[in-house]
Amino acid sequence: MENLNQILADALAAVAASDNESGLDDVRVQYLGKKGALTALLKQLGNVAPEDRPKFGQLVNEAKEQVQSQINERKTALATAALNAKLANETIDISLSGKGQEVGGLHPVTRTMERIENFFRGIGFDVASGPEIEDDYHNFEALNIPEHHPARAMQDTFYFNANTVLRTHTSPVQVRTMENNQPPIRIVCPGRVYRSDSDQTHTPMFHQVEGLLIDENISFADLKGILQQFLNEFFEDDLKVRFRPSYFPFTEPSIEVDIMRTNSKGEESWLEVLGCGMVHPKVLEMSGIDPEKYTGFAFGMGVERFAMLRYKVDDLRMFFENDLRFLSQFK
Amino acid sequence: MKFSENWLREWVNPAVTTDELVAQITLAGLEVDDVEAAAGKFSGVVVGEIIAAEPHPNADKLQVCTVSDGNEQFQVVCGAPNARPGIKVPFAKIGAVLGEDFKIKKAKLRQVESFGMLCSASELEFSDDNSGLLELAADAPVGEDISVYLGLDDAIIDVDLTPNRSDCLSIAGLAREVGVINKVDVTPVAIEAVVATHDQVFPVRVEAQSGCPRYVGRVIKGVDVTATTPLWMVEKLRRSGIRSIDPIVDVTNYVMLEQGQPMHAFDLANLSGSVVVRMAEEGEKLLLLDGQEIVLRADTMVIADEQKPLAMAGIMGGEHSGVNDQTQDIFLEAAFFAPLALAGKARSYGLHTDSSHRFERGVDASLAPAAIERATALIQAIAGGEAGPVVEHVAPEHMPVAAAVTLRRAKLDQYLATSLDKDLVTDILTRLGLEMVEVTDEKWVTVAPSHRFDIQIEADLIEEVARIYGYDNLPSHMPTAAVNFTPATESETPLAALRSVLVAQGYQEAVTYSFIDPVLSKQFFPEITPVPLENPISGDMGVMRTSLIPGLVKSYLYNQNRQQSRVRLFETGSRFVGDVNNLAELDQQHQVAGLIAGSRYPEGWYHNNEKVDFYDLKAHVEALFALNQGPKPTFERADETYLHPGRSAYILVDGEKVGVIGELHPQLSKQLGANQAIYVFEVLREAVLGAKLPEYKAVSKYPEVRRDLALLVDRQTPVSALENVIKQQAGEAFKNLTVFDVYQGQGIDESKKSVALGLTWQSPSHTLSDEETNTVVEQIVAALNTELGATIRG
Repeated sequence: MENLNQILADALAAVAASDNESGLDDVRVQYLGKKGALTALLKQLGNVAPEDRPKFGQLVNEAKEQVQSQINERKTALATAALNAKLANETIDISLSGKGQEVGGLHPVTRTMERIENFFRGIGFDVASGPEIEDDYHNFEALNIPEHHPARAMQDTFYFNANTVLRTHTSPVQVRTMENNQPPIRIVCPGRVYRSDSDQTHTPMFHQVEGLLIDENISFADLKGILQQFLNEFFEDDLKVRFRPSYFPFTEPSIEVDIMRTNSKGEESWLEVLGCGMVHPKVLEMSGIDPEKYTGFAFGMGVERFAMLRYKVDDLRMFFENDLRFLSQFK
Repeated sequence: MKFSENWLREWVNPAVTTDELVAQITLAGLEVDDVEAAAGKFSGVVVGEIIAAEPHPNADKLQVCTVSDGNEQFQVVCGAPNARPGIKVPFAKIGAVLGEDFKIKKAKLRQVESFGMLCSASELEFSDDNSGLLELAADAPVGEDISVYLGLDDAIIDVDLTPNRSDCLSIAGLAREVGVINKVDVTPVAIEAVVATHDQVFPVRVEAQSGCPRYVGRVIKGVDVTATTPLWMVEKLRRSGIRSIDPIVDVTNYVMLEQGQPMHAFDLANLSGSVVVRMAEEGEKLLLLDGQEIVLRADTMVIADEQKPLAMAGIMGGEHSGVNDQTQDIFLEAAFFAPLALAGKARSYGLHTDSSHRFERGVDASLAPAAIERATALIQAIAGGEAGPVVEHVAPEHMPVAAAVTLRRAKLDQYLATSLDKDLVTDILTRLGLEMVEVTDEKWVTVAPSHRFDIQIEADLIEEVARIYGYDNLPSHMPTAAVNFTPATESETPLAALRSVLVAQGYQEAVTYSFIDPVLSKQFFPEITPVPLENPISGDMGVMRTSLIPGLVKSYLYNQNRQQSRVRLFETGSRFVGDVNNLAELDQQHQVAGLIAGSRYPEGWYHNNEKVDFYDLKAHVEALFALNQGPKPTFERADETYLHPGRSAYILVDGEKVGVIGELHPQLSKQLGANQAIYVFEVLREAVLGAKLPEYKAVSKYPEVRRDLALLVDRQTPVSALENVIKQQAGEAFKNLTVFDVYQGQGIDESKKSVALGLTWQSPSHTLSDEETNTVVEQIVAALNTELGATIRG
């Protein structure tokens, strides 16, 4: 019996001392193998008194199981340690940058224009477009701006010949839409427009989004409501807005819309952001829409101005220099 | 138009502050651009009288003056050349403050004590004149505060009037408007007819009757043009932005500002025979007041005498017929020139005057007779003279007719989405000067006053009512409309999605001008004549772009010069190709264009800064087409002078050319100053917008089979030719072909290249046997050999 205890203690010590799989295998053979020490004890069962045999047999078997389970445990522990060591060796610097392309970005004007378009699409407006080189009729005449009208001097026009211009606004798209459709008409017309003016606050090309809604019973209240809400949504703010009488040949009444701005010193001032009005009856009539039956409103805004306000750009000319250090700020 | 608030308040004086007044008129549609003080900030300056002036003992240019403030006398050292006994001047006493913090203290100038300072106009910051002391009128009350005396506590208000409101281009007009808004009375200056004291008239003949329906003239004899215009008038003119010239011109300007009637005065001695209002003869010459000689066109109306043109009617007078320092007798003109006769004329000669500004927009046709009386009285008061009888020519058939306009209750309510009280509407319209011919529950029948010739139709009246009632007081709501879906087709890719494809590849979107330098255009496209602008802003923006590529290349260079070596830019927009005289045929199609240059990846630790090449860009272009299963493009070698002949291709869809891709020609690239290869593409937007609705096909349960082929072919044989042959032979189960290696160089024949291909098959119905696959591969190899001379690489 003492012998058994000694053998078991030796076996367990040998398992614990093994630090690799083949060592463990040697231990197993040495104690549990056919010629192993514990196996040998079982073979001596005949020498044990008959009444002690079951007890002795059980003890030897328990010892064998204990050794086997210790071997298994040790094996797993060694495997885990080996894997851990391997993984530790594979450690990388996770602070290094990812591989591949950097993402680019949209031009702030496009970004703003799409945003404006999306608001109006959301309430059922279609997006319409048209040519940038326009005839005089669609750019001026059809909008109640006859030749020599003082309003023509308000918009310095690029000419190709007496009858052909670079459109000064996207309104000709509205005219073309009215010529080809009967109300209800709900469109926004985004695009490039041109005026021969170039200084700190003017570029000879800029972008507009104009809108037109014509239906029965469209009123001044509809115009006010839609633009007030649009401005709030666009700037994500509950803006103070005022509607101020103005003059455009193609609308009557005509309106300019100002929003209240607060500068860094906390001073408030009004800033003009939109021109709009009820479509002039003559304009409807010229494009084949009955002004007695239908009324409508039109509005127009400069995209650059909205982008400047939204993204705090303070130099209009940056929009057209295409300096990557500027553009990449709009990702 | 600039005006003095004090002057306005002489006419109409509502109990509102300057700020309130400014807000009021702005909200009535007369937008105020700017408000500035009439003079600088100062205090303690009074009217002083120089009693005596002695030479300074120690300085040649200084004088020692004795100045009275009415109570006491002070010794003041002064350097002004015009300082002399008897004149009255602004006197800043000890303790006075000029500007922000210039305090007047007792001082010693070259050992002589000085108690205060005598001031010029510039020192009080109301004019630039620093030539000497500001000399006040002889009757200026000595001791009175100078700001009170000169009315310097005044605001100069600059109002930006819209073209339809020329009726407000005068104090009278502004006063009317302010009166209406505030419901207060306006007190116009009283104008009385000046009784003629002689009967000399100068004959007037109006030939251009439609352009000049009314002409009023008067001879005034014996005026003293050397008289000084009183300070109050000079100040009012100054605050309206007009310089004082001589008393006659000052009065005509003053009456224009006050009444809104532009006027002109001729020197009677320089008129010959009679005044004739006629159209110019083509080529007639006229030396204008401003010194430039104009060659007149026949569409221009002139005031002439029997021999020569004297003035461009309603625009500018002539140098030789105007008032000068010898003038004794004058002929005064107040006319109504029709807006249409003057529209655009001044501009066409490069001119713009206060007079042309008013006549083009419209002047009240009834004003002239009163204006000439007002001017006569003012001239007599300042420069004396004897007035003759007024001569008036009117062509009634050409005079504007006051419009009768009816406002319907139903229309008003519909426009404004509210029902304003009948009396309120009547009151607004009446206050605006409209005559009420008939007022019922259904309508207002009105006649517009002569100064509101802009009121022509019902909508004009609706605007007037809304404007005076206040736009901000009117209701506001979201429009209601029948709920309707906006069509959203899947057979077209939205432009925004295409932009995203490029953005994901690292492109920044650019926006370049649609007009470019003709020289640049020619460098790229020597054979295309771009559309030229008639009036470009500058030479380098002279022609419309025929492609987006030159603009992108220019943007590349801009960035290269700012140390940005890795550039990816794209732009969407129109190009303009064709004959601008044939608009219908002019190609203004939208394009998508891109440019890449520099390293393939942003500089980083994991690669060797390999540069982009043709195939990087091709992948981007293919991605544009591939999005939403757009049309499949093919590529055909391009022949474009601005592109590398070996590294460029046309992009085709269904055999039709829709774009181009390639490396910028190295020679052009060098010429332009690029320091590395630039790759560009441009493709018709319509071509990449195409999309196909995805259609599901069952996924095969059977395994895929792959065979790799390494082929040797002639270098000149495009891989696409191999692909075409393979696809013809590969059978129904053929799935995919990948080119996984292309090699030429050491180890193989110089004229050959090696192409490694991976082919896969998969059958929807069974597992493909080796035998089946091998048979197909053998067929393919045989066909490649016979058709393209390709051999299996051993």
